[in-house]
This record gives sequence, structure tokens and C-alpha cells, in this order.
Amino acid sequence: MSARDAILGRLRAVQIAQAPGLPDVAAWYATRQRMEDISLRKARLRAALESVHTEIHEVSDTNWMTVLLQIAATKKLHHILVGSGTPHGVALAACAPKELEVVSYDQPISEWRDRLFDSIDASLTLAKGAVAETGSLILWPDPSEPRLMSLVPSLHFVLLDVDTIHADFHSAMVAQAWTEGMPTNALLICGPSKTADIQQTLAYGAHGPKELVVLIRQSQGVAA
Amino acid sequence: MNKVITIHPTADFKERSRSVLNDPGQRKNFRGAMDFLQAKRKSQFTDQDELQGLRDLGASIRQYSLANLPRLLEELEARLTSNGIKVHWAQTPAEANAIALSIAQRVDARRIIKGKSMVSEEIGFNHAMESAGIEAFESDMGEYIVQLAGEAPSHIIMPAIHKTKQEIATLFAKEVPGVTYTEDVDALIAIGRRVLRRKFAEADIGLSGVNFAVAETGTLCLVENEGNGRMCTTVPRIHIAITGIEKVVDKLAHVPPLVSLLTRSATGQGVTTYVNMISGPRKAGEKDGPDEVHLILLDNGRTQAYADEELRATLQCIRCGACMNHCPVYARIGGHAYGTTYPGPIGAIISPHMMGLDSTYPLAFASTLCGACAEVCPVKIPIPDILVRLRNEAQARPDSDSATLRGSGSARTATGTAVWSVWSQVYSRLGLYKLASWFMSRGRSMSPSEQGAWTRSRVPLVPAPKRLRDLLKNRSS
Repeated sequence: MSARDAILGRLRAVQIAQAPGLPDVAAWYATRQRMEDISLRKARLRAALESVHTEIHEVSDTNWMTVLLQIAATKKLHHILVGSGTPHGVALAACAPKELEVVSYDQPISEWRDRLFDSIDASLTLAKGAVAETGSLILWPDPSEPRLMSLVPSLHFVLLDVDTIHADFHSAMVAQAWTEGMPTNALLICGPSKTADIQQTLAYGAHGPKELVVLIRQSQGVAA
Repeated sequence: MNKVITIHPTADFKERSRSVLNDPGQRKNFRGAMDFLQAKRKSQFTDQDELQGLRDLGASIRQYSLANLPRLLEELEARLTSNGIKVHWAQTPAEANAIALSIAQRVDARRIIKGKSMVSEEIGFNHAMESAGIEAFESDMGEYIVQLAGEAPSHIIMPAIHKTKQEIATLFAKEVPGVTYTEDVDALIAIGRRVLRRKFAEADIGLSGVNFAVAETGTLCLVENEGNGRMCTTVPRIHIAITGIEKVVDKLAHVPPLVSLLTRSATGQGVTTYVNMISGPRKAGEKDGPDEVHLILLDNGRTQAYADEELRATLQCIRCGACMNHCPVYARIGGHAYGTTYPGPIGAIISPHMMGLDSTYPLAFASTLCGACAEVCPVKIPIPDILVRLRNEAQARPDSDSATLRGSGSARTATGTAVWSVWSQVYSRLGLYKLASWFMSRGRSMSPSEQGAWTRSRVPLVPAPKRLRDLLKNRSS
């Protein structure tokens, strides 16, 4: 008998005296819903992210790049990685000064692993949304914005549209219909990578980014 | 690196406990760490109604998942397979290691980089790989430190909790080439980061654990702060995940409450830096991620716990470690004294199914039954009740109905059995009880002055000069 059949056989042989019904997770989250407008939700997100060492800037769809380039200049960044063919990546490549090389992730990792690990100091990705309750950014890597963009470079810029902030993790997955098709990899990111494994002392920049900069983008003409 | 990892046998539990109790440095490390983790958890649960409601929900999700376990495992397998993830089943640690080894040998892998996985500790993964000439390198900072020291983790969430930064500084200066002694934590982490970044880039296989496996979507969820878990599951060309069969949940919607309970109970974080949800290998057009993803589902005694209505609750565990963080025994003796992969209260109740009750029953007795573990358990496992049950199993007559586990009856001794047999006779027959208590009160001067463990730090027990019966008689007359 295969290990599979043996294990399933042992499990099936057990009579469950009281089989509980399907838990109603939606009902729990419904009771926890609060009345809040987008600015309150944004404030909750900011507070949670700032408590874990995240730098936040509120920007508009016309000035976000100016803000990003200022930060890049202040932090003396030289190579910023963008997704290939993304509108924000293309826009950045068109405007970046000569000190900042905009690198496009346009070939498989095996072709340029060492360069990614050794000489790219920042990256820019777009968030699919965010979770106000925990301060998590939802990233949904795809062929144009691959998984390692949010992991390997030391500084990670995230562009987040303010109207994609959800109250909690459950509401976000329901509103975005996650069960209809999960990507190869979906992520919640809350702050730069960190560890407290040495004597409970918190240190940022464990294996992933050392800094996380979030640009919360609001369309101009929409009241803040 | 080819260090032999110290194996801590379950024998000599008392000796190991005593040696930690006599080591003020270690006691200070553990006490400090437990106070820190307790305070962190408390700061997350300021609303008691919310906490209790969420615990009820978490417990119901885990109970529902277990009640439907065989169906959910099959659904998980079907969904993962259609997503392109290969599913393997292992009844024993040896089978699990053989599966990993055959994958490694097929692609001629030399190096495995590991994310945090307690199941890999449970099966002795590193040792099995190294015996076959394959390097298995730990990448979680705490795990990296204990591997460098040739030790085992002393806590399931914070593996190097028993070490001070001075000890780690000395270890790095000695073991990492080109490193000079520094106690600066940021500098120490930067050293680990530098060493391990190379390892991620060079590894052929990444190994990880799983926090929750979702049947509905075929998704493996991993929570972590460091980013090493994401590295292990994204950079190497093959990803092998390994987990116990109990980690499956039905719906994706079951994940948010469990993640919330897990991270808040474990380290007092509203959420970890990363919640990493993997639903397949690299697809056509994607530029990174592994070409192959494998999931090894391990039994290793879990079906024994599953078969028993009361002991099944053991499998509700989501491995947050809150029970050990709040345990007065764990706080004093630390993780290594237990001699099991999983220490603390959860270790005492899960290890008998993995290793046999015969080698683990002392852990069930090393408890005051104070109930702190059950009070903080995010999925409401009645740990003290299960400890009492395991004590009874350990004392049961091996051929009786109350001996149901591998190793039941192994704590039973002829002397113990005789003493309890006499005790039960005396306490169930009035005449005998009167006679015995009369002799006890008259013969009190003959009480031994040495009464084993009791008199090591207490005065001897001596029967009262007058029986309760006599005192009551005097009062009424």
C-alpha cells in the first residue's frame, strides 16, 4: 500500500463524533466592520506601516515621480529596477536623471542573478491594494513585475493607489475575488525585512529590503 | 559546513533540567525572553471580547478542518496538482527524507538552502542530507546561529533564544571567515545577511515549512519577518515544502483569522513582515520563481493522535509557541531540556505521537497543570486535560482498554502499582480506612525523615496526632 493510501486509510477509519459545520468567517468580519471613510482608512494604514519603520509619502498622479526622484537623490541611489512595460516604469525611465539608471526586469533571473543581487540598489512596484488593519501592502507579482523585485534590492518603493486600501485582510480578498484565481505568488508586505533573533533586539534589513518607501497616490481633483 | 547537529535524547530529562536550573546565565536568558514575548502578546490583545471571539473562530476553523481532514487532503492534493505542484506523502521521517533526497539526486543538487521549518527538524532533515553529501544550510537568522554552533533550536519561533549577543559575537568571530568580534546586533545581522545572500544565489533547492495549506485554491501560506522564506521559495530552481498532514484548511477565507491569531500570539505582531502565498511553480512568461514546487505531507504519528477524540485536539495547533512563552516550567528549563523537537506544553502533548510515550512520558509529568497554556492557546487546545490523559496512559496496564498509544503503560512500575492498589482498597472500604488511619496517627513517630524529592526542599510529611474523625467526635461530644 502506498504511504498516501495508508495515511488516508487511517484517517478515514476514524468516526468523528461531532462534526462541526463550516465556520462563518464572513460573519465575524462583518461584526468588526467600522464606519470609516477613505481618509480614516488611510490613516490606519499609515500608522501601522510607520510603526514598522516604513517611510510614507502622500503623492498625486502628477507629482509622484518628482517625489520619488527627490528621495532617490537624497538616498544617492544609482540603479532602480522597474517592471518591463509597466506605465510607471516607462514613465520613470523617461524622466530619470543620468545619475539614476533605470533597469528593466526584462529577462529571466538565471540570465542576470548576480547583477540583481550585487548592483541593484532599489526597485519600484505597484501594489494591488493594502490592508488598513495590519498595515500590509498587497503585491501580486506577474510577468511584468516579477517576485524578486520586492525582495532583493535594498530599498523598495511601492506605489499604492489610495482607493485600493481595504479595511482588513478578509475584506481585501473578498473584494478582489482572490478565490477566482490565485497568482503563482501573492504577498502581504508590512515594512522592511526584520529579525529579533539575536537577544530579542529588533534589526531591520535581515534578508530582504532594508528600507520600504510607500507612495500613496491620489488622483488630482479628488478631495483628500 | 558539515557539523553534526547535537541530538537531544528524551532520556535524562531531569538531569538536563537540573543543569539549566543551576545555570544563572541561561535562566536569565529564558526569563528575559519569556517576559518580553508575554508583554508583546498582551499588547496585541487589549480587547478581551475580540480576543475571545477570534479564539472561538480559530478553534472552530481548526476543528472543522480536522473533522474533514481526509477529504481536505485529497482536495488539496487535486488542487495543488492542477496548479503544477507535485504532492508526496510520507508516513515516517525516513520516508520524507528519502523523497527529498530522490528529488535532490534527480537534479544532481549539491546545496539546499532552508527556510524555517520545524517539520524538517522533526525528521532530522539536515543530517539525512549531509549523510548523502548534500549541504543543508539554515537561513533563518536564529536557525543559522544554532546550526553554526552545532546545536538544535530551543524555541519553535525564536530558535536561538538561549544565546546572548556576546555568545553569538564569539561564535561569529570563531566560525565565519573574516569576521572580527562585534556585539553590535545590526552588525551581526549584516554578517548573516552577507553570508546567506550568497547561499540563496548558489542553492539548487530551497526547503520551507508551511503554516497553512489551502485546499480551495491549492495555496501554501508561509508567514515570516526576515525574507529568507521568500528567498528559499523564489530563488532556487526547485522548492520543496514540507508539512504535517494537519496543516490543511478548507477555504482561503480561513487564513486571515488564523494568521491574525498566529502572529499576535507568537511574537505580538499584528502581522508579520511577509505573508507569502504560493500557488504554483513558475508559469510560462514569468521571469523568476522555481521551475518545480513539491509538497511533502508527513504523518509521523499524527494519525495516532487523530484516532482519539480527546487527543485529536493536539492537531489543532498552529505552532505559535504562546504555550511555551507562558509556561512556568519552560521559562525555567528552556527548550533543550525537553529533548524533543517541539518543547514546552505543545511538545509534551505532540511528541508522544511522534516518538512514543515510552520515551516522552516524563514531559507530561513535568507540569503543575496551572492552565496558563490553555488560557493563551489561540485555538483553545485543552492542554492540561491532555497532559492528565497522557499521565494516565503512561500508567495504564499495557493490555487494558485504557492503554491506547504507542508506549502506553511504560511508566507503570510494580511498586507504584502495588502502592496505588493498596491506596484504592483503603480509600474505598470504611473499616480498612479507620484501621489504617488509626495506625498512621499512632505510628507517626516512625515517619521517615527522608521522603525523596519532597524533603529536598521541604520538611518531612508526618501524619497528624489525631485523625479528623477523632477531632470531629471530640467537638460534638
